[in-house]
Amino acid sequence: MRYFSLVWRSLLRKKTRTIFTVLSILVAFLLFGYLGAIRQAFEGGVELTGADRLLTLHRVSLIQLLPVSYKSRIESISGVKEVTCSTWFGGTYQDPKNFFPQIVSEPQGVLDLYPEYRLPEEQKVAWLANRMGAIAGRQIATKYGWKVGDRIPIQATIWRKKDGTADWQFDLVGIYDGVEKGTDTTQFFFHYDYFDETRMFAQGMVGWFVERIADPGRAAEIARDIDDTFANSRYETKTTTEKAFAQGFANQVGSIGAILRSVLLAVFFTILLVAGNTMAQSVRERTGELAVLKTLGFSDGKVLGLVMAESLLLSGIGGSLGLGLAWLLIQRGDPTGGALPIFFLPMRDLVRGVGLVAALGVATGVPPAIVALRLRIVEALRRV
Amino acid sequence: MADDGVLVRVRDVHKEYRRGGERIDVLQGVDLDIPRGDFLVLMGPSGSGKTTLLNLLGGLDVPSRGAIEVAGERIDRMSHGDLARWRARHVGFVFQLYNLLPVLTAERNVELPLLLTGLPRSERSRHVAAALAVVGLVGRAKHYPRQLSGGQEQRVGIARAIVTDPTLLLCDEPTGDLDRKSGDEILDLLEALNARYGKTIVMVTHDPHAAARARRRLVLDKGLLSGDGIG
Repeated sequence: MRYFSLVWRSLLRKKTRTIFTVLSILVAFLLFGYLGAIRQAFEGGVELTGADRLLTLHRVSLIQLLPVSYKSRIESISGVKEVTCSTWFGGTYQDPKNFFPQIVSEPQGVLDLYPEYRLPEEQKVAWLANRMGAIAGRQIATKYGWKVGDRIPIQATIWRKKDGTADWQFDLVGIYDGVEKGTDTTQFFFHYDYFDETRMFAQGMVGWFVERIADPGRAAEIARDIDDTFANSRYETKTTTEKAFAQGFANQVGSIGAILRSVLLAVFFTILLVAGNTMAQSVRERTGELAVLKTLGFSDGKVLGLVMAESLLLSGIGGSLGLGLAWLLIQRGDPTGGALPIFFLPMRDLVRGVGLVAALGVATGVPPAIVALRLRIVEALRRV
Repeated sequence: MADDGVLVRVRDVHKEYRRGGERIDVLQGVDLDIPRGDFLVLMGPSGSGKTTLLNLLGGLDVPSRGAIEVAGERIDRMSHGDLARWRARHVGFVFQLYNLLPVLTAERNVELPLLLTGLPRSERSRHVAAALAVVGLVGRAKHYPRQLSGGQEQRVGIARAIVTDPTLLLCDEPTGDLDRKSGDEILDLLEALNARYGKTIVMVTHDPHAAARARRRLVLDKGLLSGDGIG
């Protein structure tokens, strides 16, 4: 703290230059934080998937259906504890733009296999009792202003009803929250029984099965047993861990992480040059002053420390403002207005951001600090 | 320290530089004794080695050979780091162009050498106030160098040089950038520091008027002291 005033005043020597450098660092870390939240939205589901859950789909593709009768056969396979089935509904709410995941499901199966969804007890009972009942995640309910007791109309894009219409009605009996921060709360679940008896076609068929297994260490073996059971049948299956499935799904969107990392790399490289040039210029301009400090008895190490402290302070101010601003913007919600399943700045990225702030400070401070360290008093004073 | 009252003892000091493969002998065997409480002026033409000798006395540079002893310590044998610590403890520098840090107020400039001591802030402030009082600039403590006249800037420079109560005060052309009136004020101040506070001062100058204020004058020419630097 003894030297803080000296470091601070040196930083303010050229206010305009310092402000623009801080702004450029701020923008870099704002992007880092904001793009980090977007990357998390695409990849976060992969990290939060259950380690003890497998997914069984049609061998050919996700849109090919499987017979619901497979459920009891899968249940009988050694190592499988529970099984439930699901189907992609793919409807919209009020406007074709209002698209979110609607999953046809078995309520008891959802409640048993997805402990990460937290639903009040009375809402669980209500859902199990009401065949037209549906539950929605907090994020999607908040987005559309839904509350328990509302009737929710969903316009089907795939599944017409027997009467030929595409208008499906559901009673919202529950709103679930996530146990963890990154849990997806943008989904809408409703009864398979109601769906199956009301839909126009494909009765007795489902989209995929979810299995809970006793020992995650045997996942590959159990997956193979399931697929072997249905080998050479009309509906061959492909079973993977939920994590592998989520990863594959995320990869379909493109390698968002790699794209974002490339953008950030370019941004940081530019900022490194900007901040590095500022520090180098600042030290060059102060050769005489640094020589005076050495004359007064400041050791080489102390002068090096002062330059490094200045660089770290510059980077620290810009970086913390950038990360702070990113955090504030992220609190205001995702840029798509709620279409992203999760949107938050993960603690891991925040810690990485702080590390990057320090790294930027060191990288831009070391070259001028070494110049200051090597400065020979007599020669520098001669140049004053 | 030696018992004979000599604060600075210089013996057979040589200093040579190499410039583009050519050897330049700036000092060629200087012998000099400076008693405690002396006010010595070094004069001589440009390039005679005045500033080089001053730099050697202040531990800013080391001699090519020879011995320099200040207050009993052989500074020519000190390492780079030891010299920095020694300078902070024993030497106050006054420069021709003041060399104040423009981003700091007068009091913060004066405080700089005290940052290297273990003194708490309140003690540092007390020392700064005392030093500014000695140079008559208490009312300008919060002013930045750009808000001061040349003479006032040099006074701040002197306050910075004396704030740690150094053993030796080294002044390199302290009036060289000032008008006659301001220069006289600075010389009055140096005289007072020598006479009233017993400060040992070595001043380099071209100006015979400034040199007349000193107790002793020596002339350096082509790297050699003319006259007797000893005794």
